[in-house]
Amino acid sequence: MTDAPAAPAPRPRSQSRAIWDQFRTHKGALFGLIVLCLLVLFVVIGPLVWQPEKLRVAEALKVRNLGPSWRFPLGTDQLGRDMLYRMMQAGKVSLAVGFIAMMIAIVVGTTIGVLAGYFRRLDGPLMRLTDMFLALPLVPLLLVLVMLFRDRIAGYLGPEMGAFVLIVFAIGITSWMQAARIVRGEVLALREREYVLAARSIGAAPRRIIFRHILPNVISPVMVAATLGVAEAIITESVLSFLGLGFPPDFPTWGRLLNDGLQYMQLYPERMLWPGLAISLTVLAVNYIGDGLRDALDPRIRGR
Amino acid sequence: MKLKTALLGAAAMAMTAPAAWAERGADGEVKLTFPQAVSILNPYLTDGTKDVLAAGFVIEPLASYDAEGNRVARLVTELPTVENGGISADLTSITWKLIPGLLWSDGTPVTAADVAFTAQYCMDPAGGCAQSAKFANIASVEAVDDLTAKVTFKGPQSNPFVAFVGGQTPILQKAQFEACLGAAAPTCTDQNSGPIGTGPFRVTGFTVNDTVQMEANPNYRDPAKPAFAKATIKGGGDAESSARAVMETGEFDYAWNTQIPPDSQAAMTAAGKGQFVVAFGTLVERIETNLTDPSPDLPEGERSTAKHPHPILTDVNVRLALSKAIDRNTLVEVGYGAGGQPTCNLVPAPAMFASDNTECLTQDLEGAKKLLEDTGWVDSDGDGIRDKDGKKLSLLYQTTVNPIRQDFQTLIKSWWNEIGVEVELKAIDPGVFFGGDAGSPDTFQKFYADVEMYANNFSGTDPEAYLAEHACDQAPSPENQWQGPNINRFCDPAYDALLKELTAATDPAKRAEIAIKLNDMLTKDSKVIIPLVHRGTLSAHSNALGGVAINAWDNEITNIADWYRVK
Repeated sequence: MTDAPAAPAPRPRSQSRAIWDQFRTHKGALFGLIVLCLLVLFVVIGPLVWQPEKLRVAEALKVRNLGPSWRFPLGTDQLGRDMLYRMMQAGKVSLAVGFIAMMIAIVVGTTIGVLAGYFRRLDGPLMRLTDMFLALPLVPLLLVLVMLFRDRIAGYLGPEMGAFVLIVFAIGITSWMQAARIVRGEVLALREREYVLAARSIGAAPRRIIFRHILPNVISPVMVAATLGVAEAIITESVLSFLGLGFPPDFPTWGRLLNDGLQYMQLYPERMLWPGLAISLTVLAVNYIGDGLRDALDPRIRGR
Repeated sequence: MKLKTALLGAAAMAMTAPAAWAERGADGEVKLTFPQAVSILNPYLTDGTKDVLAAGFVIEPLASYDAEGNRVARLVTELPTVENGGISADLTSITWKLIPGLLWSDGTPVTAADVAFTAQYCMDPAGGCAQSAKFANIASVEAVDDLTAKVTFKGPQSNPFVAFVGGQTPILQKAQFEACLGAAAPTCTDQNSGPIGTGPFRVTGFTVNDTVQMEANPNYRDPAKPAFAKATIKGGGDAESSARAVMETGEFDYAWNTQIPPDSQAAMTAAGKGQFVVAFGTLVERIETNLTDPSPDLPEGERSTAKHPHPILTDVNVRLALSKAIDRNTLVEVGYGAGGQPTCNLVPAPAMFASDNTECLTQDLEGAKKLLEDTGWVDSDGDGIRDKDGKKLSLLYQTTVNPIRQDFQTLIKSWWNEIGVEVELKAIDPGVFFGGDAGSPDTFQKFYADVEMYANNFSGTDPEAYLAEHACDQAPSPENQWQGPNINRFCDPAYDALLKELTAATDPAKRAEIAIKLNDMLTKDSKVIIPLVHRGTLSAHSNALGGVAINAWDNEITNIADWYRVK
């Protein structure tokens, strides 16, 4: 026996601490979180650290199609632009589009799902609305949206900000349906549970029941839907840019860089490799984080 | 005696030596690859260049154009002219005399009745003939005798060489197509996929949208040709892979339409197995300026119409400065490589119609700045953008989605920024841009932008109709459902008057002079149109293939009979 002091009574753990502890045990999720943080740092801090020399057109054309070097760590493209800097700029847009569009989709989807699940009268109309959106062909709808509103929004916000707002909105508004259905299903089951019944019997208002008792319990499926949504939003943005309906052509996004690199695949494969790698890493990282979060947020799994 | 025998022997050797390599069918098989597969072999039922090109191996017109744009006789003894009586003095008829003894590939003689029948076939209103425009001015085609066909027009024609000249209007065999007139035309599958012709090859097998197999025509008029016994055209793939199949793997001898980036061109040429060839026709990549105001603040129906002149582009100095700031050599180097050359002309070819206008070929950024400075366009509020009377030099620059065009946009934007012009870029799906839908705001005719970039050309060798597109009354507007070809809304009475002169002129030298003047009015003098690159069609052929003379004025391959294997 040692004379070590008796272990102090375990301090009660806060909920967020418990979630983090559980999250940490998921190696993939932890790794995903690190990769995502690095990517975010790369696009946010990167341009502050790495300032490429400002070249005039004539000078830039002399350094076309270069391989990696100290001057251009990722080489240059067919017009002599620094690929590293373009990757940073493009990443900023792609990540922003992915996350903001996902947030819109989740907010809209969760709201509709909760309303439909909790209030019986709203269930029919809201779910038919969801079905209608699901039945709409996504790309043509986006094309029409962009075609109709691009010029108008660009008039208020300028071409780049206008395109950003429109694309984020268009993607968000067309990808909330999965979340809505999942949430509705969960809510339908939850609202019959005893503790909800108890809350109702002591006269809690629906708003309070929803926020206090229902929403925390639907977070895990929502998280999974959200992570998948990020990946999908980044890819949808690439599709729009590819069709010429996304951002102006000189405004880089990862999807556009990938598309630009396509015709040089044989000669300069790295030009497709970097944006492709960035998109894949983001999607993979976000998916793993979602996986870890689901486990961490589920009280039944947590602590096992 | 001995000497005589020896001499005779030597002479005989000399005679047979060239004949030995010029024997029909001695060189085996020639293989071609087209990125777009052939779907029909009757040019009267298709608009596809690939189909017309493949059909040209089998069926021939009376006359065609050579690589320089000159007309040459093919199935006739000589080209009709007014002097030799082939064209009537009042220009209302043209008479073609067939070569005597000419045979179809099935051994029957070619007669003037076949020519008359071909016209009847295409002019049948129920037939949906794709080339009917070429027969539009014809009143009748009759067979005067077995070898003489007379084409009578509805009125005087300054250019009577339209029907039966060039690969789009070859002669069909009456006996074969007799049952295919009118509505029956598309249903004659056997005939449409295996026409009997006078060309150097005849069809032996045709898989629609895949492969055409041909063998040398035993009745071809030159007994020594073609040098190849078989020809195969394989369709499918893309420009890159077809070029590779010729230039690197050597699977094919010839690849049609292989427009690939200059870097890839250089890498493939370096492999040493083949070479790229370019046919420079009349295709010019250009920037069109909008002389009317496209501002979205104007009510719909008045945007981009003559009611509202453009606030800045109506100033000729702005247009001149925009043109001066562009380095066309760099554009060619970045975008087209061997497939393009810098140009300052709207009509870059044929040589007799091309203006000697080269002032724009050297970039002059300082000159552009000075010009703007001198004419009052200065940066008065210090934001880096020039302005005058409260109007900013700010442009919306649109084009189609296409990697080369996006590179061009980026480069030109940087040059224009350097001279103090603000540029916003826009890229539109080509299907929409060229779609001509009057309801869409993004068509090139509607032109809801300040400048736009695309390529256009004219068919044949005479630019009259092409230049006439810029007459005042040709401007697209809501009244004509935005269908006019005068994209700039250019309107100059002097131009219209000169056009009338061109229509009236018949002397070729005079016509060329007027056409050059018209070209200069649009480009050199006013820069209403800012030409950038004269584009060719790029094809690739193996170094083992000889006799290739790529042609921009007719089918790209008009001399397949002269091709041979380099040994």
